[in-house]
Amino acid sequence: MKTKKILVKGVEAIALGALEAECKCYFGYPITPQNDIPEFMARELPKRGGVFLQAESELAAINMLLGACATGTRAMTTSSSPGISLMCEGFSYIAALELPAVIVNVMRGGPGLGGIEASQGDYFQAVKGSGHGDFHFLVLAPYNAQEAYELTAKAFELAEKYRNPIMILSDAILGQMKEPLVLKKLKIKKYPKDDWALTGAKGRPSRFLRSLFLDAQELKEMNIKLMKKYKAMQKDIKFESDISEEDNIIVVAFGSIARIAKEAVNNLREKGYSVGYFRPITLFPFPEKPIKKIIEKAKKPLKFIVPELNCGQMIEDVRLAVEGRASVISLPYPPSVIPFPEEIEKEIKKCLNSLSSRKV
Amino acid sequence: MLKFFEFPKSLKNTRFHYCPGCHHSIAHRLLCEVIDELGIQDKSLGIASIGCSCFLYFYIDVDIVEAPHGRACAAATGAKRARPDLVVFTYQGDGDFASIGFNESFHTALRGEKITAIMINNTVYGMTGGQASPTTVPGQKTTTTPEGKDPQYLGYPPKIAEILATLESVAFSARVALNTPKRIIDARKAIKNAFLAQINNLGFGYVEILSACPINWKMDPVSANKHIDKLTEIFPLGIFKDKVSESLKSKKGD
Repeated sequence: MKTKKILVKGVEAIALGALEAECKCYFGYPITPQNDIPEFMARELPKRGGVFLQAESELAAINMLLGACATGTRAMTTSSSPGISLMCEGFSYIAALELPAVIVNVMRGGPGLGGIEASQGDYFQAVKGSGHGDFHFLVLAPYNAQEAYELTAKAFELAEKYRNPIMILSDAILGQMKEPLVLKKLKIKKYPKDDWALTGAKGRPSRFLRSLFLDAQELKEMNIKLMKKYKAMQKDIKFESDISEEDNIIVVAFGSIARIAKEAVNNLREKGYSVGYFRPITLFPFPEKPIKKIIEKAKKPLKFIVPELNCGQMIEDVRLAVEGRASVISLPYPPSVIPFPEEIEKEIKKCLNSLSSRKV
Repeated sequence: MLKFFEFPKSLKNTRFHYCPGCHHSIAHRLLCEVIDELGIQDKSLGIASIGCSCFLYFYIDVDIVEAPHGRACAAATGAKRARPDLVVFTYQGDGDFASIGFNESFHTALRGEKITAIMINNTVYGMTGGQASPTTVPGQKTTTTPEGKDPQYLGYPPKIAEILATLESVAFSARVALNTPKRIIDARKAIKNAFLAQINNLGFGYVEILSACPINWKMDPVSANKHIDKLTEIFPLGIFKDKVSESLKSKKGD
């Protein structure tokens, strides 16, 4: 079969990825800039025997997702920043019930109503646990339409593998920009659900899924179980890196701004500068070990520069990974004004100059 | 020997944790009797809510998932849409169904989801210690209305069964009580019809059960039982919508 190459918006790539993974149910509520996804699903899911349902609110949507996932059905919801905030209660319950749910956040500017242009302001919300209690998503951050397609499909597999909610953290630029997408057939593994899904107690004892543990010891054990799961997720860490041992500046960026940062790094390299590039693809678990390795291998003292489309959030995880062994500089670009590669180049050069002046 | 009475198959043989005089245990039993009668134990999915009945899964022997406070109807919607072959029901209190979850409850009814919702209306938040709920009646003393509920300040209790009956997609809506044997028999019939509403694909089925909460009403079980009669003056018992009997009649007529 010939692989098709099409021109799509990032949000359509997300929807296509979900279809590729045989997502059966979609629940959502309109909010810009992700409306193309529910509109796409409303057209396409019923044709494939699936269910599209527009909920009365994000609160309802996330709980519809909870109900569908409890039956072991592949299901998803999508929203944008303020809508994601409304879903936070449900996230905590879904994580506690250990349900394999896929949630997409096409980030817009905040706080409050903010704006509808691109932002990465929900990094903390996605990575640090957006509801009450100790829980985490596995967070995947695509940086183009191809990755949006492939990571969304993969999210359904990872959700089942860990029985945990997976978040795709995208943004308005990636979502609304049209790009070529190769519609590859993907191998998405299905995990058995017979031992936990609620499908009616036919031929087996009845079972229940709960998040209430009034017994102190039971609740502790439940939390330890989750802790172990989050540790196990380390095996699925993803990142892209382009670093040589000679580099003394490493630019760390994720999502849309990583593309701008990558161009800045490449431009500087052409001019003979020693600058490296590192892009976390899983934001949780954060690729800490690969960053530690970079420091261990480096021949020169390192500086990490972290450009973000926010006031500086991922920088905290970079700092944790670095553990004080290198300096970490924030390059905040609050929403919604996007920097040109030249602006990032200028900032990197400033750092390089300060490094060389220190030597003198 | 002919058996007239037996322990419901779908009721687990576990001692209830409910307070003396509480009606939850009667409601649980009726629910199980209906599940047994309809033969749906192995295709039922219950949605437990937050409140005194959150431990539903310790008593009812069917698959059960626990939803966040107020969101049971939304979770039921997701489950039923994903698996239309399942019989999906919620079991919620008045705070859960009519306060924090009113929007989810109302819209689930509005869409005519083929689910059954059972609402235990005891006019207080039982589990959290007896605070006022939307269905708290005028003058009722609760821990958050220590001088009695003032309707000028907090409004009047909503008649949820009547409100839902106005929605086209609601197939069955009734209010029942459990304080007399006759009413218990009526309640069982209502619960059965609320299940038949979804089994026969007619629409949303709803039963509101006036239920005693002696502890939070500061009454002994006998007075609390009698107090239900007072409540029926504000929350009239009755069937406010019944497409189930209509459809059964027309089927017989065919």
